[in-house]
Amino acid sequence: MWGRLLFDWKRWKTMAKRKLSGSDIVIQSLVDAGVDTIFGYPGGAVLPIYDALFKQNRLKHVLVRQEGGAVHMAEGYARSTGKLGVVLVTSGPGATNAVTGLTDALMDSIPVLCLTGQVPTHLIGNDAFQEADTTGITRPCTKHNYLVRDVNKLGQIMQEAMHVARSGRPGPVVIDLPKDVLINEAPYESGKKPAVKHKTYRPQIKGDNAKIREAVELIAKAKRPLFYCGGGVVNSGPRGSKLLTEFVRMTGYPITLTLMGLGAFPATDKKFLGMVGMHGTYESNLAMHDCDVMINIGARFDDRVTGLISEFSPGSKKIHVDIDPSSINKNVAVDVPIVGDCASVLAEMIKVWKETKPRKDAKAINSWWGQIDKWRKRDCLGYRQSKDIIKPQYALERLQALTKDRDTYITTEVGQHQMWAAQYMKFNKPNRWMTSGGLGTMGYGFPAAIGVQMAHPKATVIDVAGEASFQMNIQEMSTAVQYRLPVKVFILNNEYMGMVRQWQELLYGGRYSESYTASLPDFVKLAESYGAVGLRATKPSEVDDVINEMLSNDQFTIADIAIDKGENCFPMIPSGAPHNEMLLGPEDEAEKPVSEEGMVLV
Amino acid sequence: MEPIERHTIAVLVDNEAGVLARVIGLFSGRGYNIESLTVAEVDPDSAVSRITVVTSGTPMIIEQIKAQLDRLVPVHRISDLTDGGASVERELALVKVRGSGNKRVEALRIADIFRARAIDSTNNSFVFEISGSTEKLDAFINLMRTLGLVEISRTGAVAIARGAKGI
Repeated sequence: MWGRLLFDWKRWKTMAKRKLSGSDIVIQSLVDAGVDTIFGYPGGAVLPIYDALFKQNRLKHVLVRQEGGAVHMAEGYARSTGKLGVVLVTSGPGATNAVTGLTDALMDSIPVLCLTGQVPTHLIGNDAFQEADTTGITRPCTKHNYLVRDVNKLGQIMQEAMHVARSGRPGPVVIDLPKDVLINEAPYESGKKPAVKHKTYRPQIKGDNAKIREAVELIAKAKRPLFYCGGGVVNSGPRGSKLLTEFVRMTGYPITLTLMGLGAFPATDKKFLGMVGMHGTYESNLAMHDCDVMINIGARFDDRVTGLISEFSPGSKKIHVDIDPSSINKNVAVDVPIVGDCASVLAEMIKVWKETKPRKDAKAINSWWGQIDKWRKRDCLGYRQSKDIIKPQYALERLQALTKDRDTYITTEVGQHQMWAAQYMKFNKPNRWMTSGGLGTMGYGFPAAIGVQMAHPKATVIDVAGEASFQMNIQEMSTAVQYRLPVKVFILNNEYMGMVRQWQELLYGGRYSESYTASLPDFVKLAESYGAVGLRATKPSEVDDVINEMLSNDQFTIADIAIDKGENCFPMIPSGAPHNEMLLGPEDEAEKPVSEEGMVLV
Repeated sequence: MEPIERHTIAVLVDNEAGVLARVIGLFSGRGYNIESLTVAEVDPDSAVSRITVVTSGTPMIIEQIKAQLDRLVPVHRISDLTDGGASVERELALVKVRGSGNKRVEALRIADIFRARAIDSTNNSFVFEISGSTEKLDAFINLMRTLGLVEISRTGAVAIARGAKGI
């Protein structure tokens, strides 16, 4: 009997370790890792994977209309869920089309796994049909990439790649899959828990305790403190935002967030000063300039935030928490660097704060808040309302008002509308705001919204768009309609590449070179041609009706809002200027011309 | 402006396809200098290679270079041999010199002073093998210029920390 049992055990073991084709290993690895949705486009080199997809029903595949859209969809999916976004594209043009999205995901630290087909291994290097050096091309725009030459290594590479993409500072990872590797067979242990011990890659999660204590001491003694937090908090999960909120409220200090960090702290909380940076609020930027202790958690001193680096927050001691050691002392030298995951470090900070029960300088903090309130009184986001023309700020204020009680996710394209959305939409929770921050990819928002809607079928997902950006991935309308996704595209249509036009007005003497978006389609008819809903508002009085109608239907909808063509986005720190030289509105433009140094900056 | 420093950095990496391209791409992509770079497998059993890179930059840039290198997935360890205490650094060069008569004799004499070995010889040429610090090699090559220098092949610096401790 024992002999029999032993025999059975052996049989069971061989069954568990059965042989699968490369394609099946790819799919099984994704399923085992909890992936439920992938975004892709078929082609010759990935036909074996598509065949394997056809024979299973655990992975849902979303057919995009161009591979660039697939990566942004995966990004939207990942950012709104905190999960891994997965892309499947073919070799050659499939892979090269994915490059923009990969770079976008790298800049914004979004976990994306991109599977690319490749010509069979024996043809690599022969300039075969649809061959491209995908690992070579994507090396600088991924966190890591792999070319699988042996099917026996595929299972492990899949696991490792997903681990690298998700852990530490997240990012995109490419696995290049030659066609013969997809067809060949290898043993695969199904259901095996991923072994997450990598021989070289071990991101540091826990911050150094002594440094954390030093930081808390500095925070406690501050007279003009400011929290400056970013996407790292969002990336450390909902717990990161919860802990940040707890710590900020515990200290009673003001906080500003970067474009990437919006939602990490409730926007409706009085302690929130608004967004920081080039189009951030007056109070945020002046507080950055004048603070004496800056508590940077998960932000990276990006040039859009710092402005003129030599005059950036000259009088402050700076604490910087970041999971990526290379972010520290890159642009700005800091006093207390802490390498670690934001949530983990915040938890420690709270612990130390509770333990040491520090005495704050209440008088100094009060007068700091007094100063901040004075800056707030400038009402930097105020604008002149018009009776006849729709101001973009008004349209977004109405969108905010009419969506605030819904389960809403906002994505954006890139440009003026993006900055207005960041200023006027209020995010009280993380993962609700998806925008291309680092790379500034026009065409990001619409496919990203599709990805968000795939992850949250019941939620209200709105792409705040410009008419120029929307056209950069407009082909994905077909995808939205195919999967019956009720995505809303809210176009602030000024018939210009608005941000380009604004810079040309401010810096190039109003010579609007190639920034007019001529020959626009009729967006209403365009939507209708796809069997979707098209709406239009041309007067302020129509805005509410259009928004309500957009929200009430359960179809893909384009709302074309004809806005003031000449409106500029303020406040604005001109490039090359320090924080305390903001332009607050049209009146300031003439007074503060942009310096020659600023002209060379972007 | 902060002063420009020259640093020798040792990087242990997995000897896998594309790893050198990752390191070089990092330097070119971020605009860092490479004065020299050498690479060879040092542990065949675990397929680990050692890259020695000589670079220059402000202290902030040097820190960035190290952090960026450390961030690459196949990198095991990095060590700044300029910062981390005493180290020895050597470079090897093969130097071809053509000449006859007095110049030929003089070349041989200088080679002797520099402890360079002639590893190839014809009636009118030598190939010298010389190793030492980069400065020593520079000095030798400069002297050879007037004596019929034809061609130089240099390895770039390799370096290792002094003392009993490993990287």
